[in-house]
Amino acid sequence: MSLLELNGVNKIYNPGSAHAVHAVQNLDLSVEKGEIVALLGSSGCGKTSTLRMIAGFEEASSGQMAINSKEINRLPPAKRGVAMAFEGYSLYPPLSIRENIAFALKAEKMPATEVNKQVEAIAALLEISDFLDKRPNAISGGQQQRASLGRSLIRKADLHLLDEPMGQLEPQLRALLRGRIKHYIKQHNLTAILVTHDQTEANALADRIAVMEGGVLQQFDTPENLKNKPANIFTGAFIGEPPMNLFEAGAALNDTEIHLRLGDDVKLEFPKARFSPELIERVLTNKSVVVGIRPHSVHLAETGHPAEVYANQWLGDQTHVAARFAGKSIVSVAHDRVRCGPGEQVNVQINPEDLHIFDPATGAALSHGGVLA
Amino acid sequence: MDHTSLLERWLRRFALALIVTFFMFPIFWIVLMSLQTNETILRSPPSMAFVPTFDNYLAILAGRLDSNVASMGIDFLNNLMNSIILSVSSVAVALCLGVPAAYAFARHKFRGSEDIAFTLLSFRFAPPLLVLLPLTLYFQQIGLADTYLGLVWVYQLICLPLILWIVRGYFEDISPDIEYAYRIAGHSWFATFRKIALPLAGPGIAAAGLLAFIFAWNNFIFALVLASADKQPVTVGALAFVTASGIQYGQIAAAVVLSIAPTLALALWAQRYLVEGLSLGAVKG
Repeated sequence: MSLLELNGVNKIYNPGSAHAVHAVQNLDLSVEKGEIVALLGSSGCGKTSTLRMIAGFEEASSGQMAINSKEINRLPPAKRGVAMAFEGYSLYPPLSIRENIAFALKAEKMPATEVNKQVEAIAALLEISDFLDKRPNAISGGQQQRASLGRSLIRKADLHLLDEPMGQLEPQLRALLRGRIKHYIKQHNLTAILVTHDQTEANALADRIAVMEGGVLQQFDTPENLKNKPANIFTGAFIGEPPMNLFEAGAALNDTEIHLRLGDDVKLEFPKARFSPELIERVLTNKSVVVGIRPHSVHLAETGHPAEVYANQWLGDQTHVAARFAGKSIVSVAHDRVRCGPGEQVNVQINPEDLHIFDPATGAALSHGGVLA
Repeated sequence: MDHTSLLERWLRRFALALIVTFFMFPIFWIVLMSLQTNETILRSPPSMAFVPTFDNYLAILAGRLDSNVASMGIDFLNNLMNSIILSVSSVAVALCLGVPAAYAFARHKFRGSEDIAFTLLSFRFAPPLLVLLPLTLYFQQIGLADTYLGLVWVYQLICLPLILWIVRGYFEDISPDIEYAYRIAGHSWFATFRKIALPLAGPGIAAAGLLAFIFAWNNFIFALVLASADKQPVTVGALAFVTASGIQYGQIAAAVVLSIAPTLALALWAQRYLVEGLSLGAVKG
């Protein structure tokens, strides 16, 4: 049995009024004990609403929520056994950072020496030892955010809810803390749900990522599967940096090859043998499809389809080349410097195992790398 | 302040001096008057040179008003006591009712909440006489006329909206997440209200209570109409100095000094809270 079960959960703000907002739609989600799950999406996608419903600050409009098989829909936040780190820090202003972090432990009547030991440990982990005795308004936003995170992580709760826990931190510190926090959560066998709009953070911390958009769960899978087997066009385009190249294409077949006709009369030809027969049948019945290729899989080579470069950026560890291709633009990522300036002609090579094919009507994935999704 | 020119600084000082003089002069003049006899007050041209006398204060404390025609008893100290009883209990009642209501209005948007809050505020707009005439009749019927209870009740028209609206703003300034953080750590909403919301809004509640106290203290018309002499506060009691044989300016001045002293002292003492109240915005996330 999962630790957290959400079944058909809906959240409608201002129901029945002209300003009704269906923030979370029919959400099913289950989180196992010891797992770190990220809710990933852009602003307004329903991820924070979901978190607040689990915490009990918002009431679910419909659907069931259960922690350890016990329904929590009607339980007050205090009875749900969850801890939370807030995006807005929300430390108690009159208390020092030390007292803030120790707050819940003191309420549990833990001996003072033990409390102190744990607070010192978590403060060292989060690099906030130096200002434990300051008040929240005397330290910076990033420091408050880490204190808020510490206040949540130190608790022995069934479920830890982390709302954008590292949004205010500078990149180096964020990278450092990601590793430490993940290790801490795993070491203490905690279960955590993390809300973020930063896919690097989600990838680094989470065992599984729930991608949300428009209140709808798009895909709930491991970071690897999100990258390699996106369930639909949205996840395909959302996950990955730079985003996936997408082209509408018409499909046709001859004896040996399958043809994908992109815009501007660009025709991608692949040997039929590289695709499973079921996929070929699906693609042909669909006639038009959406083809997606990750920028890392767009190779600039001696031979291939001609494209005209219009931008070339060296980022210090990889090159992003943007070129006009098939009436649209295509981005290629290489791990070395690529010497080609704007206006130059290059040849683009795309391998069949790197193709993601989507149904243009529903957006659902048909295949990844020649195999039916 | 380093970037202001000398001229600007002097102009600023001059403006401040002007404002302070404008507001402090009446108080200064009243204090001077309270130390003079009616004759020195009324001489023309007025002069600041006089022999101070405490006769006015003594007359008030003794409760005897001696004019050149006759002497009559006044009970100014009783009026002062009434003012204290009425203002303190009105503010206490208004705080007990208004603070939880303000919290509810700040945190829970329910159907019609804005309308109810505005209706309460609108009590402040209505001319008091509009309310007073029917109230006089009702109060006589149900036996509330000329009672402290009845007056405290009517004083809620002044205190309750004031406290409700000021305190509501302070509650709204507290990030709800601070309360959520406390609730999720295993506390009920009532504990959260007591331990988080009330202390954080404390300076604001003190400021609102102080303002309500001053408004209640300064009220004149409610007690004039609804109370008889033994329940009247200082504002109404001061009318007694307008006697058949003339107006006793010296004693009025002494009475005024005595009656503004408590509110003035309270305001000076509570200045700290008012300033703290204004810096509450720092709590916001």
